[in-house]
Amino acid sequence: MDVDTRQVEEVARELYIRALKILPDDIKAGFARLDRDETDAGGKRVLGTMIRNLTGAEATDNLLCQDTGIPIYNVTLGRNVQVDGVDLEAAIVRGCERATREHPLRSSIVHPITRENRHTSSGRRVPVIHVAFSERPEELAIEMIPKGSGSENNSWLRMAVPADGVAAIERFVVDCVLDAGGRTCPPTIVGVGVGGSADLCVHLAKIAATRALGSVCDDPEGAKLEHALSAAVNELGIGPQGLGGDATAFAVHVELAATHITMNPVAVNMQCHSARRARAVLTPGAVTYGF
Amino acid sequence: MSAVTLTTPVADADVRALRVGDMVTLEGTLFGIRDATLIHLFDRGRTTRFDLAGHAVLHTAPNVRKVARSPQFPAGYAPLCIGTTTSIRMERFTRPLMERYRVRIIVGKGGLAGESLTAFRELGGVYLAVIGGVAALETTWIEAIEDVDLDDLNPESLWKFRIRGFGPLQVAMDSSGGSLYADVDAKARARRAAVLASLGVR
Repeated sequence: MDVDTRQVEEVARELYIRALKILPDDIKAGFARLDRDETDAGGKRVLGTMIRNLTGAEATDNLLCQDTGIPIYNVTLGRNVQVDGVDLEAAIVRGCERATREHPLRSSIVHPITRENRHTSSGRRVPVIHVAFSERPEELAIEMIPKGSGSENNSWLRMAVPADGVAAIERFVVDCVLDAGGRTCPPTIVGVGVGGSADLCVHLAKIAATRALGSVCDDPEGAKLEHALSAAVNELGIGPQGLGGDATAFAVHVELAATHITMNPVAVNMQCHSARRARAVLTPGAVTYGF
Repeated sequence: MSAVTLTTPVADADVRALRVGDMVTLEGTLFGIRDATLIHLFDRGRTTRFDLAGHAVLHTAPNVRKVARSPQFPAGYAPLCIGTTTSIRMERFTRPLMERYRVRIIVGKGGLAGESLTAFRELGGVYLAVIGGVAALETTWIEAIEDVDLDDLNPESLWKFRIRGFGPLQVAMDSSGGSLYADVDAKARARRAAVLASLGVR
């Protein structure tokens, strides 16, 4: 399969706008579950307003949230996919910039020192583009995540040591949820990275935070940990928007990597209730959009 | 708990009468500000031609479309999507906003902290909680962008919105020292030990 980078540009443009407007089905189902189970009247009111916003955004073809986020594109190349990597990256950047200009969208991206906003949603090393590989033949998948800053500003890394044990991981996650309070726009997906190097650990936390609800960590120890932590953080009573209630998190997700004999790193990255993502799969002659 | 409608600018007594848990709907004018606006106003010596006395400010930066000026779009901007950003980043600006510009209501999400609560108590202010991330809904409460100042900071300009039925918003911090965020935080921290014990963590 030869990839047409003009098509990639169109897809990158479309994905940014779709992600901002249509919440994935698994998140909608998560809202229904939390709303059903919420016992606090105030929490129930807040969840009800959030659910009304989902239908309102789709009915008026508007953005779910005004934060256009920091744009992230996760590219997965299957087997026998031919593409010039430099052209592919450039096409994604162009698509992201075109979405910003043509919709138009608020550019939320600035130079980190001068704070200059070029009004393109792009800049040095942004959009963030990750490239991975899969076994699937003749397939190029692109996932777009406009990561909101309210949740992204609540990100943590702790380089615990082996003597601290798994308890350090569990304590850290609970304390991060406490410290975040209502700032992350709860209910959140609490992404937890365990193991790896410092940078990999933080990256794992982001993968965990942006995973579909209902998905389970494919390592049994990680699955056990996310099950226990999901129940635990929802006992804190922080609730929707930090105004009190049961629904503090849709779930805690955990992603693992092997680590060094001296290390026990844990990272937390949160996703807000506007847990937006969009995905396109390019196959020979077709583009399929979804989540 | 009571439900009230306040038209801005508000009288000090009306703000001081509000208590945590009351529901407020705003009418009239609402000003949009955020990080860069406040940094430029208070750290870089800039000023605004707007009179903010007795007014409410919203922590926001909107999605807008540039259009020709008209009665419908007096500032030359059509509002597309207007929501609320996390307030805590702007904690240190609450007191100067209230002292220098006599702002009396801050509308935001996620809450403010102790310095702001003290300023609310001493100067007579409240924090009204918008539900964050519901911008499609919030946009329907904005009638027009009436004016804009410090627009070189766009989208972090100082926006003047004409609003209709903006809310209901929950009073989450009041002028008597009440803070729903502090209450929820204290209760959550009191549960910490039990939650950790349920995980088998000592």
